[in-house]
Order: sequence, then structure tokens, then C-alpha cells
Amino acid sequence: MAAPPPALRRLLLLLLFSLLLLASVAAAAAAPAAEEEEFTEELLLRPLPDRKALAHFHFRSSASPSAAAAGRHHHVFPKAIAQLVQQFHISELELSFTQGRWNYEQWGGYDPMSTNYAKPPGVELWAAFDLPLDEIDATWKNLTHTLSGLFCASINFLESSTAFSAPRWGFKLNEGNLRYGALPREAVCTENLTPWLKLLPCRDKAGIASLLYRPSIYKGYYHSQKLKLTSSQSFGIIIDQTLTVVLQPDTFRGQQLHSTDGQLQPSWSMKDLFNTKLSGKCRVSKSSRVFLEIENDIVDKSGTEASWTNELFVLSTAPDRVLKELNNMDAQSSSLYEYDVSNYNNDKPLDVGITWKLPLIWSCTPAPYHANRFLMGSGNERGSIALSFRSTNLHKQLFGSSNDCSIKAVVFQVVPWYVKVYYHSLQIFIDGNSKAISEVVEKIHVTPSEDKHLPGTLEMLLRLPCSMESATLSLDFDKGFLHIDEYPPDANQGFDIPSALVTFPEFNSSRSYPEGDTLFLSPLLQTFKEDGVVKSYTEVLLVPLTTPDFSMPYNVITFTCTVLALYFGSLLNALRRRIGEEERELKKAAVKRGLIPLLIAKLRGKKVDPPPQGSSPTSLLSTKLLLKVVFVAVVAVSLHYLSNS
Amino acid sequence: MAIRNFWSMAAAAVGFRLVLVLFGGDLHLASRPEVSTPLTSIRRLAEGYWLKQASMSPYSGSMYHGSPLLLLVLGPLTNKRSVGHHDHIYCSLIFVAVDFIAAMLIRATGRRLQIARNRNLKSLELTEAVSNSVNVSAGDIASLIYLWNPWAIVTCVGSCTSPIENLMVVIMIYGACSRLAPLAAFGYVMATHLSLYPAILIVPIILLLGYGPDAPPTKVFRIKSSSASKTDVSDNDKSSSSRDVQQFLWKPVFHFILWMLFWTFYVLLLSSIVLNKVGGLQEMFEKTYGFILTVKDLSPNIGVLWYFFAEVFDFFRSFFLIVFNMNIVFMVLPLAIRLKHRPCFLAFIYTAIVAILKSYPSVGDSALYLGLLGLFANELAEMQFTFFLFFGYIGVSLLSPVMHNLWIWRGTGNANFYFATGLAYTCLQTVLVVESVSSMIKHDRKLRLLVTA
Repeated sequence: MAAPPPALRRLLLLLLFSLLLLASVAAAAAAPAAEEEEFTEELLLRPLPDRKALAHFHFRSSASPSAAAAGRHHHVFPKAIAQLVQQFHISELELSFTQGRWNYEQWGGYDPMSTNYAKPPGVELWAAFDLPLDEIDATWKNLTHTLSGLFCASINFLESSTAFSAPRWGFKLNEGNLRYGALPREAVCTENLTPWLKLLPCRDKAGIASLLYRPSIYKGYYHSQKLKLTSSQSFGIIIDQTLTVVLQPDTFRGQQLHSTDGQLQPSWSMKDLFNTKLSGKCRVSKSSRVFLEIENDIVDKSGTEASWTNELFVLSTAPDRVLKELNNMDAQSSSLYEYDVSNYNNDKPLDVGITWKLPLIWSCTPAPYHANRFLMGSGNERGSIALSFRSTNLHKQLFGSSNDCSIKAVVFQVVPWYVKVYYHSLQIFIDGNSKAISEVVEKIHVTPSEDKHLPGTLEMLLRLPCSMESATLSLDFDKGFLHIDEYPPDANQGFDIPSALVTFPEFNSSRSYPEGDTLFLSPLLQTFKEDGVVKSYTEVLLVPLTTPDFSMPYNVITFTCTVLALYFGSLLNALRRRIGEEERELKKAAVKRGLIPLLIAKLRGKKVDPPPQGSSPTSLLSTKLLLKVVFVAVVAVSLHYLSNS
Repeated sequence: MAIRNFWSMAAAAVGFRLVLVLFGGDLHLASRPEVSTPLTSIRRLAEGYWLKQASMSPYSGSMYHGSPLLLLVLGPLTNKRSVGHHDHIYCSLIFVAVDFIAAMLIRATGRRLQIARNRNLKSLELTEAVSNSVNVSAGDIASLIYLWNPWAIVTCVGSCTSPIENLMVVIMIYGACSRLAPLAAFGYVMATHLSLYPAILIVPIILLLGYGPDAPPTKVFRIKSSSASKTDVSDNDKSSSSRDVQQFLWKPVFHFILWMLFWTFYVLLLSSIVLNKVGGLQEMFEKTYGFILTVKDLSPNIGVLWYFFAEVFDFFRSFFLIVFNMNIVFMVLPLAIRLKHRPCFLAFIYTAIVAILKSYPSVGDSALYLGLLGLFANELAEMQFTFFLFFGYIGVSLLSPVMHNLWIWRGTGNANFYFATGLAYTCLQTVLVVESVSSMIKHDRKLRLLVTA
């Protein structure tokens, strides 16, 4: 076979060259696009003082303003979210699905984890919109429906105006463009997790998300799945998807190792917690890291400066880096052991774990006050809501033991309309002594509830003296009575009052870590560094409401109508009764014979004496009757005509 | 024949109230469903006052549905607490005084009616025939009934605002009986402003002002005068005087209407001053009259409508709202036609009908019409079923708290238990109204028979 002619060869070369050029152009176009959209995945593990372990998954996808504005095609960023932001002009949104309650006393209340990722049970949704104020309510309603479809949850129940509120400063300072709603009863399960995972580029097939072994994460004591979305002109759209779980590690391994006394903390590793080891990162992720956090208490006790193997514990794998918190106050500092997942693969999977050598007791730093909320009273007519604060004496550690100071606390509470709160009945007891409202409440903003229309919102800024041990606030309420259709199917279970939120604006739980190099920019640690005012959510309250008899509507309607008919009929009868006339009629009736005997007499051929003025009354009667019939017919026809036209 | 120990008994009633208010402790009467309704509850008034103090509209939220004037008068008192007494002791003390004034006005009305009655009987020459059988001082009896009625006492001690509403109705009737047009207009406007339903009392008030207090039917006088002219032609003095009694006087009615317009304007002006910057009159009408007419609150009370509207299907709701509200108006005209010669009795019947059919009834309303019932002790002496009615009322007032307790507090009963007492109570009141109307008609017929005989 001969070689191709030179002309053809030249053409082929040209073609090849142009192809190459095209490919390089395409590559050049693709490279910035990949940088415009980023995905990072991180996992934080932390042993908790009550023999449990906390695992916090953090996935961040971000799209730069140009990529967000294009909106047509995305590489790793979920398109559904980008469209959501564009459609509803959301500037901030946070949606959380939570099961279980964060244990503020054991698991801490003064660290970024508890202030940002401890959420009230059920669904909580808040969103701030970048829209004129009069369009916000309508947009919120559409948003709830969209999210409800997106996450397979009944978020659409937040659509009704009785379910959401517009706090001004108690929840988050805003100019009236924020809406807040909570569904305390919403059950959280895998059907909510699957759509949430769908937003990740690798889903749960690779990378850190592959650790989400369903039986173990739903077995935990606390499970909170959250989606936080921020959007702005300057930095585009950022979604933070986090999943926080508190698990009980299997303890037998620890007992085998050390059985002198039962107080040894359980030793665990990722394999124990999630039933699998981590075998590599998600390919499209920019960075993939695992952190293990050890509280400062332990670090102090271990003596040695943050080494991964000391006399207290041993980590199963040597960390790539150790980070120590830069503490501005001397209260808090913790160590982070960092592992870079890109160094591990299928052949060499990562299995971070901790093995305790000595029995150890430590505690997490609590919030300045433990806030609890409970109901008082019995019966289904009235009750009171009480909010109690118990001092943890944190201020003594932080500010020294001066007793003249005071601590600010902001209470934000939404109550459904059927709990009719009497705000004038607010009472405050400090260490058991009743105090005047003006002494303690610095600022109060109330939106009273409106029947079947608006929930009640209470925002209150308290100034509690440092020296106090406990404070209790109580509010009386009446229980409402609902229409039969407004009860849920399980009416006798009771109704939930969403958690109240207590914020301590003077306390900040943010933690900053040294920034080693520009490459190291962990979104997880960034969120820790951001302003984290100490918050804690109180319990959800269950209020039993009286139920009517659901089987009775027909009986009630008939009984009531009968009684009213009885009233109307008998009174009208009493009014139109004329005893004198009746007596006369009776006399006449005795004389006059009935129609049927008359007819019978006629049939028998007997002669009946004609009535004296027989013809004229009957004709009069018949004309009257005829007139009546005609009148009714005309009315009927005209009604028919009117209704048709 | 006046009651001998009237003043000591009245003083005892007031003393009894004071003892209950001052030393009774907190009897929790203010939250009893039979006593307080969403319209009259003092706790809601206190909440409205608190909202107003917080520079919000007192009507924001669904708590307060009363008048802004009450807020002005009673509001500051709800804030004051004294140790060892219940929360609203100062309001309760005011209500004791209000009840006493109302009882005194009922007594004065009774006096007027008595004078008119004696004059009419005299002109008919029936004084011996009727008076010998029964003649008690109806005013004394009525005011003692009002003062000693357990329901009035409970309402007063429980500090609901219904004693004030009752007082306004009594002021209106008294003013009309004594032909004091400004007073009658004031009572009418205030009562309508406070609870809307007394608006239908305009019919008896105009009749009272026009024809004067209750009299036997005109027909009786005509028969009497014709028979008198037959027997004695020269003696036409009496017949002319009886004709004068029946003349409709336009002047007081005209005065009444002028004064009514004046008071309406004045009340609205005051309300708008009170509500200045914290909501307006529009909101006031929506939250008071609108709330009354649309039966928004479904919390149980002694009537039947709460349960009805809690159970009825939503698409029938507006139909039944119209029917039940019209039911009150339907009976106004027939009653007025039949009983136009007895306007005071007509006022009593209207009050009773309102107490049966109003959207948020309470025992305070019943206390009012039972007190007014005493004014007709002579005419209604031959009423039927009085034994049944008396024990029926006692039975209902004993059973109702028991059923409520079983349902709400113990949870062993259900809503039907309490609703049943409400049904029974409505039936009892119906029987009372029907029986009193028919026995009054019978009484008039008896007078006619006596005249013709």
C-alpha cells in the first residue's frame, strides 16, 4: 500500500492540529469553570464525656458569582439549589432535620458545635430574602412547597400563616426580611437523607459520605441534618451540608484492653462507628479531611503538648498535622488531629480511632445558663409555661468572681395560636423571690397570637444578675378549642410548642486555629471561626388539648336545630294563639260536618242541604289558591332564570 | 304591700358579696366558662390593657373584645394587686357597687310600673277584682331577686364585666319608664356599645317613651269606655282620660333619638381618643361586633352555639351564622305587635331571648332577665311550670360545673356531657320565655273578661 499523497497528508495534519487546538481551548475553558465551583468534604470526630462519640460531616459546595449567575450548567454544584436561590431571591437559608435532643449538660454548650449544630427536634427552617417586604410572605409560601418537594418532608405545613413568624431581633437581627418556622413533630428518616445526599457530587458512593451507614447513624442519640445556604453578589452561592450525629460506640474492645475498673472510656474507630473504613476521597472534591478533636481538659491532663500517642490515649493512625486552638481567653483550647484522605485509598483505607489507656473523666464547657422549659398546671383549661435558667458559674471562670455584673440573655419563643398566652401575667422569680418585670426585662417585643391566623411571638432581652443561682419566668395561658377539622388524626396525643431559643449575646464560642498556609482553608474550621454567639434551644413542649366528640357532628347539628326550632315554634304559637277565637272555632266545628262525611252522603244519593253561601267562599278560595300557585311558579321560574344567567 | 325588711335584706346581699370578695380568696370564678365569656373576661381585659400600655392596639391578637371605655376605667385597676386577695379585687369592689345601683334602679322601675298599674286598674274599676288576689311590691321583689340571685353574686365576685352591661340595660329601661330621654338614650347607646344585642331593645324603649309604662290592652279601655258611655252618657270624663293614656307622644321619642345620636357620637369620640395611635374605630368594630357575630371563639360556655360551630361542617358555617343571628331579629316584630301595650314586659322578653341566643351567653345575662322577671310578679302570678323551671335552673347550675369538671379536668367525661347541660339550659329558658309570654297574654284576656263581665 502506497503512502497517501502529500496533499492528503497535509490535510490530515491540519485536521489533527485543529482538533488539538479545539481540545486545548476546551480544556482552557473547563479549567476556570472547575475553579468556579468547589466542593470540599470534611469529617470531625470527637469523644464525648458520657462515653459517646460525636461525628460531624461537613460538605461545602460553592459556586462563584459568575457560575451562579449563568445558572444553566453546573459541574459539581447542585442545580436544584442554584435554581432555588434564583427563583426566590434567598440571601440566607437554613433548614435542619433533627431527631433527639442535644444534651447541653454533657455534650457542652459553649463550643461552635453546640451553638451552630445543636438544633431543635423536628424541622426548623428560616430564610432571609432579598425582596421587598410585601412579597416576602408569598415567596416564603412558595419556598416551603419547593423545599418540601426537594427533601420529601412536610415542610409545606409551614406555609400556613399560623406556622411561621417574623422575628425582628430575638432570633437574628434583620430588617423584617426573615421568616422563621418550626415543625417539632416532623419525623426524620432516610427518606430525608437520600435527597440531601443527592446534592453531593459523589452522593454516598465515594469519599467521606460513604461512611454514612444508615443503621448506625439512625441508631444514634442525636441526629441533625442541616443545609445552610448563603448567597450574595460578592461570593456567589455557598451551601454547607452538615450531618451531626452522636453515637454510642461498641464498648467491648475497650473492656478487653483494660478491665481494672469500669470507668474506662470506650475505645472506638471509624470501623466501629460506621461499620466501614474510609477508602479514599471523592474525586471531584478539592480537599477531603478528617479531624479528631480532643478537648482541652484531656490535653491539659496528658501534659505532653498534643502528641498523638501519650499516657492517656493512642490514636490508631498517625495524623498528618496537629492543630492547636488559638485561644483568646484562657478557658478553652482543644487539639485537632488532621488526616488528609487523599493519602489513603482502597488498599490502604483510613480508620481513625482512639484507644484510651487510663480511665478519664472530663467535662465540656457549658453555656452560662442551662435553660429548661416546662409546663405547669393540670387539666385542659389553662396552664403556664415556665422557663428556668440554672447558672453554671461560667462567668466566674471567664470574668472572675465579681458579683456586680449582669449577663444578657435573649429569649425567643413562638407559641401556636391555640395556646393563648396572657403576656400580662409574666412573672419572674430570681432565686425564688419574685422580681418586678422592669428590673429584669430590658426589652420586650410581643406579637400576640391571632386565632387561626398568627402564632404568638415573644422576644425578650433579659439582664440577669451574675450572683443568681436560678431564675424562672412564667407565663399563663388558656388552651384554645379548635374546630373539629383542625385536629390532627391523632388529636389526643397533644400539640407541640416549638423549642424556645435562648441566646447569650455577650458570650462568643468561636474558635480560631492557626492558618498554616494558603492551601489550608478548611470550610469546617472557617465556620468554627465565624461569629458564634452562644445559643441553646429548650425542650419542645407537649400540650394536650381537649377534644370534642369527633363522631357527633350530625347529632350536634340536629339537637341544636331542634332546640332552636322548639323555641321559635312554641313562641310563635304562643303569640298567634287567640283563645277566644279558638273557642268559637271549636263551637263551629261541632256544628259543621267534615268533607268526607259530606261526600259519603252524596255518594249514597242522599240529599245534602246546600251551604248558605256555598259558592262564593269556594270560588274565592280557589282564586286565592290559584293566585298562590301562580305566585310560587313565577318565583320558581324567575329564580331558575336568575341562577342560570 | 311592700316587703318589710327590704333594706336589711339588700344590705345583707351587698355584705355577702363584700365578704366573698374580701375574704373569699381566689375562687377561680374569673375563668369559669359559665361566668366569664371571651367578651366579659377580666383577664382578657387586663391583657388588652397590658397591650395598650405596651403601645400596641388592645385588639391586636385575639384576646380582648370589649369596649375601649372599659379599658380606660377598669384597666388601671387590673394592675394593682394587694397581698392576700385575688388579682382583680378592685374591679370586684366596683362591680359590687354596680350591682347595687342596678338593683336600686330595678326597684325604682318597679315603683313606676306599680303606680301605672294601680292607675290603670283604677280607671278600669278593677282594683278590687285583681288587687285582692295578688298585690306585692314588684320592684322590691325584683331588686331582691337581682341582689340575691346566686348567678349575679357569682358574676360579681368573679369580676366579669357583665354587671356593667346589665346596669346599662337597667338604666335604659328605668330612663324610658320615667320618660328621661337622655338617660334612656345613654343606657341604650352604652349597652349597645358594650354588647351589641341590646340594640333590639329600641322597640320597647320607643314604645315606653311614646305610650308610657305597661298598661292593659287598648281594646280593654275601649270596651270599658263604650260600656261606660252606654251606662252613663254624661260621665265622659273617665273615657277621655283613658284615651289620653294611650296617646302616642312623639316629643319624648324625638328627644330620645336626638340624645341617642349625641351619645353615639360622644361614645365613638371617646373610643377613638382612647384608641388614638393604637388602632382605630374600624379595628374596634371588627374585633368587638365582628367577633360577636361570627362566633370565632369556640371555648365552651353555657350556650349551645360553641359546640355547634366546633362541629358543623365548614361550608355550612356562614349559613348557620346567618340563621342564628337572624333568629334573634325574627321574633322582634311579632312580639312587638302582640305586646305593644306592655313595653316593659317586652323589654324583659327581648333580654331573655338575647340571653338564650347570643353567641357567648353567660349566667350574668340570665341574672339580668331573672331580675326583670320579678317586676311582673303580679301579672305572671298564674304562670305554669314554675316549679319545674325553678328546679330546672338549680339542676343546671349544679350539673354544669360537675360536667365541666368531668370533661376538662378529669378527662373521664367528654364534651357531650357539658353540651347536654347547655341544651337543657336553653330548653329551660325557652320554656320560661314561652310561658311568661302566654301567661301575660292570658292575664290581659282575663282583664278583658273582667271588664266585659
